[in-house]
Amino acid sequence: MKNKQVIPLSMVKAGEKVRLVSVNAGQGLNKRLASMGLVPDVEITVVNNAHPGPFVIIVKDSKMMLGRGMAHKIMVI
Amino acid sequence: MYSSLRLTFCSENKNYGKNNRIMEKKITVALAGNPNSGKTTIFNMLTGARQHVGNYPGVTVEKKEGLCKYKGYEITVVDLPGTYSLSAYSIEELVARNFIIDEHPDVVVDIIDASNIERNLYLATQLIEMNVPLVLAFNMSDIAERRGLRFDIEQLSMLLEAPIVSTVGNKGKGKVELLDVVVETDQEGKIERTHKVSYGEEIEAELARIEELVAGKERLLSEKYGSRWLAVKLLEQDSDVTVNVHSQEVLDVVAASSKHLKTIFGEEPEIIIADRRYGFISGACEESVKSSVELRHTSSDVVDKVILNRVLGLPIFLLLMYLVFKLTFWVGDPLMGWTEGFFNWAADTVAGFWPVGAESALKSLLVDGIIGGVGGVLVFLPNILLLFLAIAILEDSGYMARAAFIMDRIMHKIGLHGKSFIPMLIGFGCSIPAIMATRVLENRRSRLTTIMVIPLMSCGARLPIYALIIPAFFARQWHGFILWLIYMIGIALAIICAKLLRATLFKGETTPFVMELPPYRIPTVKGTFIHMWERAWLYMKKAGTIILAISIVLWAATSYPKPGEESLAGLDKEQLQEAELTHSVAGRVGKVLEPAIRPLGFDWRIGTALIGALGAKEVFVAQMGIVYSLGEIDEGSEALRAKLQAEYSPLVGFCIMLFTLISAPCIATLAICRRETGSWGWALLQFFGLTLLAYVITLIVFQLGSLFIG
Repeated sequence: MKNKQVIPLSMVKAGEKVRLVSVNAGQGLNKRLASMGLVPDVEITVVNNAHPGPFVIIVKDSKMMLGRGMAHKIMVI
Repeated sequence: MYSSLRLTFCSENKNYGKNNRIMEKKITVALAGNPNSGKTTIFNMLTGARQHVGNYPGVTVEKKEGLCKYKGYEITVVDLPGTYSLSAYSIEELVARNFIIDEHPDVVVDIIDASNIERNLYLATQLIEMNVPLVLAFNMSDIAERRGLRFDIEQLSMLLEAPIVSTVGNKGKGKVELLDVVVETDQEGKIERTHKVSYGEEIEAELARIEELVAGKERLLSEKYGSRWLAVKLLEQDSDVTVNVHSQEVLDVVAASSKHLKTIFGEEPEIIIADRRYGFISGACEESVKSSVELRHTSSDVVDKVILNRVLGLPIFLLLMYLVFKLTFWVGDPLMGWTEGFFNWAADTVAGFWPVGAESALKSLLVDGIIGGVGGVLVFLPNILLLFLAIAILEDSGYMARAAFIMDRIMHKIGLHGKSFIPMLIGFGCSIPAIMATRVLENRRSRLTTIMVIPLMSCGARLPIYALIIPAFFARQWHGFILWLIYMIGIALAIICAKLLRATLFKGETTPFVMELPPYRIPTVKGTFIHMWERAWLYMKKAGTIILAISIVLWAATSYPKPGEESLAGLDKEQLQEAELTHSVAGRVGKVLEPAIRPLGFDWRIGTALIGALGAKEVFVAQMGIVYSLGEIDEGSEALRAKLQAEYSPLVGFCIMLFTLISAPCIATLAICRRETGSWGWALLQFFGLTLLAYVITLIVFQLGSLFIG
């Protein structure tokens, strides 16, 4: 765990679990994501990562779909 | 003294029975909750009112109200839009928040999906912060139980300082308990909460500073919102609250606090605030929620593996759409025969009031105008019902959200995203709710683009046209395919137009998006039928009002003025009919138009029907019925089809469908487009742009088709 690098969520393979470090989006979107449970340190499970297309993740018991652009901006460890 | 007086008063009332209205107390209850929390089912449970339940966000953007009488209370229940929080991020959130702030509902009921409690409680923390009289309804508690979740309701309720009631909205469980608690909460009135979410030492220090300042400098705002809430919102950089602050000093202090906190945490304060709220929830849940199994998504995951599969996803989607249209035709056909039989019988019966051979304007109006026109449209009710049924099942089961996912790949290429596809799917039913559903799109450019292309999603009103034309010109085994093809042409055109619009008029970045994929649910029979019925009812209402009126006008236009007696001498029945029609207003307008539509393969009869279709698309069918049946009693669609077959080639039939698919949307759509875009410019651009597009495409298809087919 300690040696892991901070990477964008889009690089995480389906089935892997990661922790959120930060979101580098605009202010409004940042808040939106936070309200849906994407806050620092939360556990994210990537369910679907098919190129190209959106991402499916599980956060706090709910399944969510993210645009790929969004997934680039979410940094995880 | 007072109490004894009241007692006498009450006992006196008893003698007059229970219907005494003087004693009724009126209160307002607002239902808040996340999308997919089952808010609408609770609304239906409380009020008995029917409303659409979909799995996509934004379905309840409109403010819905219902009445509920309970224990001498007259309770107005307001269904707020489903939101994840009460920031100013989207229209829905603002609508919900402003209702709570401005209308002061007596009680706010926050509907919580009990199987997904942490995320759902986030909204509750904000309601707690607003210090409103709050009741938490743990909905879908049966599902939560099945997933192995056990709640210590008493403890949770103490930690959150709000009463909690378990409910199962779609089964009507917990209604009495919920109402009891609502009434109790109303009687208690406002309470000062002690356990508020604590944001930690640093943030609290800044909050205290801002709170003190706004209490002095922004007295009006502090009174309206409460100084603590105001301070939190300012620190969160809430745009809607910030613009109302006039004091520069306040803004400066907020900016300084914000900067200070950012250097401490390395994050924007709003993120830390959201984080702390979740922390508060985790803390509360840790102590009072026990989970024996982690199951929530297992069954949904298995289904999603297949449905969202990168290879299988799109074929499955196309197949499902194909099945929908196949069902519409196959099952719909025999049913249609029955309704047709009914209208034939009605026409015969009404005509029977007049002696054989007698001609009367009233008879013609009733039989040809009204029964022919309205009946010609209602004949297709079974098909419409089946289409709506299929859409309702897809929506309620949770598939629609997946369809958005699957389509995202394609949508992305044209500069929109999957979320735009949901309004477009609704467009298969009717453009009007579809255009309203575009409110979920946060980006104005994306929204305008979507609105512009929605009429290309073939709406239910166009189905009667296809249902008339297809069997008239094409062999039975091709029916389903042709119908599917027409819909696919619409989709393809929508995609092309969207791409063009995004590259020209609505240039700009696409907003990245986030959307929840709700777990699959088996739609309840009752729920599905309610949704189907709602839409079918709208269709029938339209048939009874707009279409009835247009039918009468068109009937008059096709019947008058009558040609002089002398000019008709010596003509046989067919020629007579032709001569009368040519002489009428509709005939003349059609003739004027004919040179313009001739290159499309259309004659003046079709021209008059196309004008009628502007009012409402399905009027095309009614008008063709009127044009071809004047002076005849029997005019079922079989007879009309036979006439069409005799008059036109399959290519013309196809061109009719193509033209009605693409051309100007109906007047109602024009009006809603004007309302939603806020300008006549966009509405008229859509209206004329699509008509021009229809003309060009039909022209090409007809001319090329004529070359090859001959």
